[in-house]
Amino acid sequence: MSRSVKKGPFVDPKLQAKVEALNKSNQKKVIKTWARSSTIIPDFVGHTFAVHNGNKFIPVYIHEAMVGHKLGEFAPTRIFRAHPGIKSEKTTTPAAA
Amino acid sequence: MARIAGVDLPKNKRSEIGLTYIYGIGRSTAQSILTKAKIDYNKKIGELSDEEVASIRSIIQSDAKVEGALRSDVQMNIKRLTDIGCYRGLRHRKGLPVRGQRTRTNARTRKGKRRTVAGKKKALEKK
Repeated sequence: MSRSVKKGPFVDPKLQAKVEALNKSNQKKVIKTWARSSTIIPDFVGHTFAVHNGNKFIPVYIHEAMVGHKLGEFAPTRIFRAHPGIKSEKTTTPAAA
Repeated sequence: MARIAGVDLPKNKRSEIGLTYIYGIGRSTAQSILTKAKIDYNKKIGELSDEEVASIRSIIQSDAKVEGALRSDVQMNIKRLTDIGCYRGLRHRKGLPVRGQRTRTNARTRKGKRRTVAGKKKALEKK
């Protein structure tokens, strides 16, 4: 179910205050944040956020097309490398070829 | 034979059903189109007069997005997701389920035919 329109989009208040301060002073600084659930609003466009993925901060540059998505969508929390079987297969085939 | 939106409709089906042969039109859109054109749902496609076909055609043109336009729309939406590099876009790229379904088992519609992973069986036997 989608969020009630009455409430408006959820934006982390602290994060919003920081972005507003940057916009006022016309600065561009990387903002470290844990607020993965925060919606990206038009004010954020052009800024870079370092979004926490549970392990480290992933730099995310905000484009216009990203407005309406959440910050967390751009910092994946899981890393899938490859299955061990496939991995060995991949490493053996170039050696054989 | 009625030809609407570049699709040949089956003559001997009820118009309510026949219209669903067009990509982007399901039962409920078909019904609303027919109500608007004041045509009985049960009238066979083959029995529709030329004027009725023309009115259906104009209603579809104005109200519904069908066939090529709709397909390209869907493709554009997916492309947008993959281009901005969000989680849903990544899932589309990898051909995995996008809406949080499990992938340990099932998910065959997205993943396609099973590809057996060499060495995986041995690992299971050790346990």
